[in-house]
Amino acid sequence: MLFQLEGSQAVARAVALCRPKIVCAYPITPQTHIVEGLGELVRSKKLENCEYINVESEMAALSVAIGSEAAGVRSYTATSSQGLLYMMEAVYNASGLELPIVMTLGNRAIGSPINIWNDHTDAMSVRDSGWIMLFAETNQEAVDLHIQAFKIAEKAKCPVMVCVDGFILTHAYERVDLPSQKEVDEFLPDYEPHISLDTEHPTAIGTMVPPEYFMEVRYLAHKRQIDTLPVVECVGTQFKEKFGRKSGGLLHEYNLEKAETVIVTMGSVAGTIKDTVDELNANGSKLGVLSIVSYRPFPKEAIREALKNAKEVIVLEKAFAVGIGGILHQEIALALQDLGIAIHSVIAGLGGRAITSEMIREYFNNKKHDNMVFLGLKEDVIDREYRPIKNSECNNKF
Amino acid sequence: MSNSTIGNRLSKKRNSVQSHYDRPNTLNSGHRACQGCGEALAARCAIDAAYHAAKGNIAIVNATGCLEVFSCVFPENAWNVPWMHSLFGNAPSVATGVAAAMQVQGKNVRVIAQGGDGATTDIGMGTLSGMFERNDDVLYICYDNQAYMNTGVQRSSATPVLARTATTLPNSIYSGNELGTGKNVPEIAIAHGIPYVATASIANIKDLEEKVAKAINIKGAKYVHIHVPCPLGWGYPTSETIKIARAAVECGMFPLFEAENGKIVGSTPIETVKPVEEYLRLQRRFAHLFGKNANPQAVEELQKIASANIEKYKLSGGIVNV
Repeated sequence: MLFQLEGSQAVARAVALCRPKIVCAYPITPQTHIVEGLGELVRSKKLENCEYINVESEMAALSVAIGSEAAGVRSYTATSSQGLLYMMEAVYNASGLELPIVMTLGNRAIGSPINIWNDHTDAMSVRDSGWIMLFAETNQEAVDLHIQAFKIAEKAKCPVMVCVDGFILTHAYERVDLPSQKEVDEFLPDYEPHISLDTEHPTAIGTMVPPEYFMEVRYLAHKRQIDTLPVVECVGTQFKEKFGRKSGGLLHEYNLEKAETVIVTMGSVAGTIKDTVDELNANGSKLGVLSIVSYRPFPKEAIREALKNAKEVIVLEKAFAVGIGGILHQEIALALQDLGIAIHSVIAGLGGRAITSEMIREYFNNKKHDNMVFLGLKEDVIDREYRPIKNSECNNKF
Repeated sequence: MSNSTIGNRLSKKRNSVQSHYDRPNTLNSGHRACQGCGEALAARCAIDAAYHAAKGNIAIVNATGCLEVFSCVFPENAWNVPWMHSLFGNAPSVATGVAAAMQVQGKNVRVIAQGGDGATTDIGMGTLSGMFERNDDVLYICYDNQAYMNTGVQRSSATPVLARTATTLPNSIYSGNELGTGKNVPEIAIAHGIPYVATASIANIKDLEEKVAKAINIKGAKYVHIHVPCPLGWGYPTSETIKIARAAVECGMFPLFEAENGKIVGSTPIETVKPVEEYLRLQRRFAHLFGKNANPQAVEELQKIASANIEKYKLSGGIVNV
C-alpha cells in the first residue's frame, strides 16, 4: 500500500512488520525518529508482543539486544555516528557471538569536529567488525532492505546493519510502498534461534577462546561472510518475486553495457549521479553507475564481472581513511586488480556537504582524474588554514 | 541469622544449600581459579542458592573478569546452568535483554548478572545504574575482591583506602591507595530505590545463601554485594580466605546489611567487635602500615571507617534482623 512518509517512519513501520520482540531505543540524530516511531507503534499496540526498552546509552542498546537475541528472540536497535562508536565493543561482540540482530545505521559524520549531518564515516569505522552491511539508495529500498535484513541475518547467523543516509533519507518525505502484514509474514518466517540460553540444555555462550582455536574461529567467520553473498542475492530475488520490485541484492547496475566510464558509489547519492549521467550521456558521454548494496560481505567477483568492460572507474565515496585516502576505492582496486582499468578516487559529501549534479558535471569537465579529488573542496579555506609542520631536523623523504 | 559458617547439620532448617547432599554444583570442580579463591567459593554458594530457590530456572550473564576467565575457557566449561559472557562493562544490559526476552516468551527464568568489583563499580557502573533505574527483573551479584585481580591487582574504586595495589604502591611519599577515595555501590544501589539490596560475606555462607535465595524470586532489580578475599591480591596464605573474610566482618570494615525499596531494613550484628588492626595484619596489602615504617595514623584512619560503619549500620546489637 502506498504512503507519503518520512524515511524514518517508513523504516519504523517496516521493522514493525517484521515483528521484533525486543526494540532497544536510545536517541541520536539522525536515527531518533525511527525508534520514536517504533515506540509509538508498541504503545498503541499496533506492534504487539514486543518489549520496548529505553536504555541509557548506545552501549546498553546493543548489549540489551545481545542479551535478548541470545535468549532466543528477534531483536532490533538503531543508531548513528558517535553512538555507533560508543557501542563499538558490543558491535564486534554481537557478530562474534553470531547473533542475528538487525540494526539501522542512520549514516552521519564522526567528530571531532562534531557534525550531525550525513556521510559514511560511521559505517566505514565498523567495516571489519563481521557484520553484514547493506546500503539503501532510496526510502523504498530502506523499507525493503529491513524486511530482507531479518531474513538474511537469521539465515546467515550474523547481525545485519542497514545503512540509511542520515537526513537525506531518514528525514525525507517520499512515497513508499509498505507491504501488508500478511505478505511480510509469508516472506519472513518466525525466528528460530540457533543458540539460546536454555535451562533444559544449559550451554555457555561467549567463552574465552585460547590461541589453539582462535584463528579457526576467525577464519570460519570470514568463510561464513563469503558464503552469505549468495544468501543476500537470493533473498533479493525472493523479495522481487514476492513484492514485485527489485530492491537489495548485491549491486545495482545502471547503463553498464555501453559505459566506458563507470562511477561506483553507495547509498542515496546514486540517484543524483544517475540523473547527471543521463544528462551527460544525452550529450555523447558513455557513463554508467554501479552502486553497491552489499558492502559486507563485499561482492568482489560480482563487482569484477560488472566492471570488466569499463575503461575507467571513478569511486565516489562519502568517507575516507585519514592518511591514505578512499576506503571503497582501495577495495574496488582490489576487486579489479590486473584488469588494467584506471581507477580514480573522489571523496565527496563529508559532514553533509551537498553533492550536486553541477559538481559531478564539473568533475567530468575537468578531466584530470589521476589523483584523489575532494569534490567541492574550498581551496581558499585550505590556503588560509594550512600550516606545514616545521620539520627542519628531518629530511622529508616521504 | 547467626554467624555460623555452614549451619548446624543436625538441624534441617539451619542446613545450608552447600551442606546438602543434593547441592546443584552449578559451578563445578575443574575450573581454573587459584587455590583459596574467595570469588570461586562465593559464586558457587550464591549460584547454588539461587538455583535451589528458583527450582533450576536461572540463566547467568557474566562480566569479563577472573570469574569468567577461570570458569569458561573453550573447550571447557565449569557451569551447569545456561551462562553467557559478552563484555566487561555491559553485563547488566545483557541481563536486561535476557530477562525481557524470557518475559516476552512467557518463560519463568530468573536472570542473574555477575561480575567483580571492576566490572561493577567502575566500567559497568553506567549500565548497572540503568538496569537499576528501569527496575529490570535482574539480580546483580558483585563479587568484591577490591581490585582488578584478573589483570594483576590494580586499584579499582572498590579498593580500600591505604591498601597496596600494583597501581597504588606505597613508598616514602604515598601510603597505598589515597585517603578520601572509593565508591560505596551498595549505598548507590539503595539510592536507586530498588526492591532489594544486600551485602554478604563468604565468612557467613548461610546468611549469603538466604540473601541470594530471597533476592532471586523478587520481581525487579536486586543487588547483592559479596566480600571475597583474594589470596594473590591481598597477600595471605590460601588457607586463610574464610578467616580474613570473617575478620573484615568482625571489625566492621565490611558491614552486613539488607535494604528494601531504598531503606535499610536490617543488619547482622557483630558478636564481639574486633579492632581493625587484627584484620589488617593478616594481609600483605596493608603490611606497609606496620613494622619498620609503621603508620599508626593510617591504621587509625581505617579504624575510623570501621567504627563509622558499626555506628551507621548498627552492628553492635542495635537493630534486630528482619
